[in-house]
Amino acid sequence: MTDDIIEQIKQNVIQGRMDKEDEGFDGGMVGQPGVKELVQQALDMGTDPRRMVTEGLTEAMSIVGERFEAKDYFIPDMLASAETVGEAMDILAPHLAKSGMATKGKVIMATVKGDLHDIGKNIVSIILKGAGYEVNDMGADVTPERIVAIVTEEKPDFIGLSALLTTTMMAMKETIESLAEAGLRDKVKVIIGGAPTSAEFAAEIGADGYGADAFQAVRVVEELKQRS
Amino acid sequence: MPREGVLVHRIYERLSKDQMERIHNASMEILTRPGIMCYNKEAADIFSSFGAKVNALPSSGCWQVSIPEALVLGALETTPKVVKLGARSEENSLILDGSEPRVYFASGSETNIWLDMRVESFVSKSDGSVEIKLATFHPRRGMLADLCAAARLGEHLDNLDGFIRPVNIQDEDITEENKDVNKFFACLNNMTKHIMAGLTSLDKLDEVVRMAELIAGGKEELRRNPLISFITCVFKSPLQLVDDTTQKCIEITRRGVPLVISSSPQGGSTAPIKEDGMVAQINAEILGGITLSQLVSPGASVIYGSVPTRAGLDDLADTYGVPEFNNYNIDCVQMARFYGLPCYSTAGVADVKVPGIQATVERLFSQIVIALCGAQYIHYAFGLLDKTATFCPVQAVVDDAHIGMVKSLLRAPKVDEVEVAASLEQIRQVMTTPNKLFVRYIRPKLRSGEVTLPYPFEGDKVTDDVFIRAHERMQELLKRPVEHIPPETSERIFREVPGLLPRLNTYREG
Ligand code: B12
Repeated sequence: MTDDIIEQIKQNVIQGRMDKEDEGFDGGMVGQPGVKELVQQALDMGTDPRRMVTEGLTEAMSIVGERFEAKDYFIPDMLASAETVGEAMDILAPHLAKSGMATKGKVIMATVKGDLHDIGKNIVSIILKGAGYEVNDMGADVTPERIVAIVTEEKPDFIGLSALLTTTMMAMKETIESLAEAGLRDKVKVIIGGAPTSAEFAAEIGADGYGADAFQAVRVVEELKQRS
Repeated sequence: MPREGVLVHRIYERLSKDQMERIHNASMEILTRPGIMCYNKEAADIFSSFGAKVNALPSSGCWQVSIPEALVLGALETTPKVVKLGARSEENSLILDGSEPRVYFASGSETNIWLDMRVESFVSKSDGSVEIKLATFHPRRGMLADLCAAARLGEHLDNLDGFIRPVNIQDEDITEENKDVNKFFACLNNMTKHIMAGLTSLDKLDEVVRMAELIAGGKEELRRNPLISFITCVFKSPLQLVDDTTQKCIEITRRGVPLVISSSPQGGSTAPIKEDGMVAQINAEILGGITLSQLVSPGASVIYGSVPTRAGLDDLADTYGVPEFNNYNIDCVQMARFYGLPCYSTAGVADVKVPGIQATVERLFSQIVIALCGAQYIHYAFGLLDKTATFCPVQAVVDDAHIGMVKSLLRAPKVDEVEVAASLEQIRQVMTTPNKLFVRYIRPKLRSGEVTLPYPFEGDKVTDDVFIRAHERMQELLKRPVEHIPPETSERIFREVPGLLPRLNTYREG
């Protein structure tokens, strides 16, 4: 029974089916429970949330990753699956905490001051969440002051900054300086991204890492975690 | 179910109705004055017996035939408006309907040169550590084995709907005597799509037809599923009915096998360079041929075949990459439609001898435009370079991808109550989400084929490796199996049809 529902969760993550309204991969699945309903059902049945994560969500995402590598899946598939994992993690978070399984880490995401481009940042948020991180997305045009405030309050492990304009790239530097002034620089790892940025630029402004796309974002975060 | 091709939703047209009528009238005038010079006795007699004015011109060895409009219009009445081109696998058959702009793409046509591709590495002279891979192209004479390979490849090119042998077989043991049977067998045995070709020797016609009957399962079956068809270019432009091809036209029509009646004048050398004059002349030529076919055998399945080109300014050779080529061809598609006849049209030929930027521009330029016009059967669309003198299989693989894109481009828009309601729902739904992304709605459309896949030969986005990737793809396709003619039928063909080379026998011992 438990095995059944975990398998169903896994299959629905692979299909990126969020809820019962979701028509699924090739249409025609409306009405059948999606990840949202299945996770809730599983909890009601008393399934171990840790097993749901490891045998359901994580295994599903590694299959999704393989299909993406094999060019069988495209980025929309990847995002849809990641989104379902994010949703599942939201539901499971309090239960996981109770059973002593912490999330992989907490990430604050923001597009920097003066910049409204948020598509890339949103994708990074979805994928990080899908990879098991707790993500708090602050939106776009986020000032250094607001970032300092949220770091003080929430004590995240990472901050991900996005900028798409050559003019707003400098707001990343400003943000890092503000963190330093507030004495928070060594409390949090800063990663950056966005089309005009680069690994060199990250080094130049004293960021801890750079990611060219959402998958690299996950890789960078994992590397930084291992190093610390 | 025949192949789908692409049904063009809204066709592009150049000529207005008035202009088409003007061209028609001009063609009718051309057929009476100057009329045509007929080099075939039987055709001259046929025209004469149906009331055309025929004058012998002994000094030129021909007959001056003045074809009255009534004869042409009568012939157009008996000409079928829908022609079925069958196939060894019936799901590969094609329905060419003169009133429906459903477009099929086909290969063509008997090039002498086969262009091989190799991937070679080159080292930079200024920096020895920089090495790049490049595609290099190597011409050689086309052979029977190449034709077999081209057919196998064509079988696996998703967007190739019909097959015209793209290479001339120039093996030592191929003679005028055995060429027809071998070339048809090589195609038929290696693919299950429609096979169309010109006939080399008229006296081999019955052997080729016999072969097709054996495959189809009898005379009647071949009529129902004509898995082969012929092309005859009856006219030598301007306006000369050639003895040999005219005789082939007469005999093929009598056998009831579908026939393309084509003409290929060159604007500027063998036809006026002006669009109106060129189109009036080619239209007269094609109608002259169609009229003859219907006088010989009313109701015979013939197809309006237009291959107008423009003369090159450097060598007076036929050119395909120029805008006028498209103008002429669009007009011909329109004229065929004016008569309600399906059109065998032309697109995709490059003037340059090797694949590359020029070839890509030239071929896509016509592939998109002629498809947009709704020509029913676009030949020459795969792999042709060097003004049809060269066939490059790797280029054909690239063309297949591009033609797939063209087909997607021309699909009808889906705008109706249900679709719009679904979109409104989608927009409202997305507006309630934090990320406001429509990405998840891509998936079902991707799976249903409505969203096109990434360019199949894209590299690392830094280098252009299109041909290298297409070459890999070609090698992969050539490894795939094809459905050969079944052993019993194959055996019968080898027994009953003389001249087949043993090396073509899939089931040969050893
Ligand atoms: C969409 C878009 C807009 C939209 C934004 C909508 C939205 N919701 O985001 C609108 C129309 C609002 C817009 C406005 C403007 N834009 Co604009 N815009 C773009 C465009 C076309 C696409 C950006 C995009 O979404 N890409 C797709 C995503 C998926 O890619 P991405 O953002 O790079 O993100 C990926 C990676 O970079 C990385 N990543 C991103 N963030 C992060 C963060 C971290 C931590 C990590 C690890 C990784 C990471 O992962 C992502 C996923 O793979 C770009 C052109 C381009 N192709 O880049 C121009 C572009 C960025 N815009 C430009 C300009 C000039 C403007 C305007 C100034 C125009 C104007 N005169 O008004 C305004 C500025 C508004 C403002 N104050 O920000 C220029 C910038 C030029 C420059 N050198 O600075 C660009 C490059 C276009 C151009 N070539 O001129 N724009």
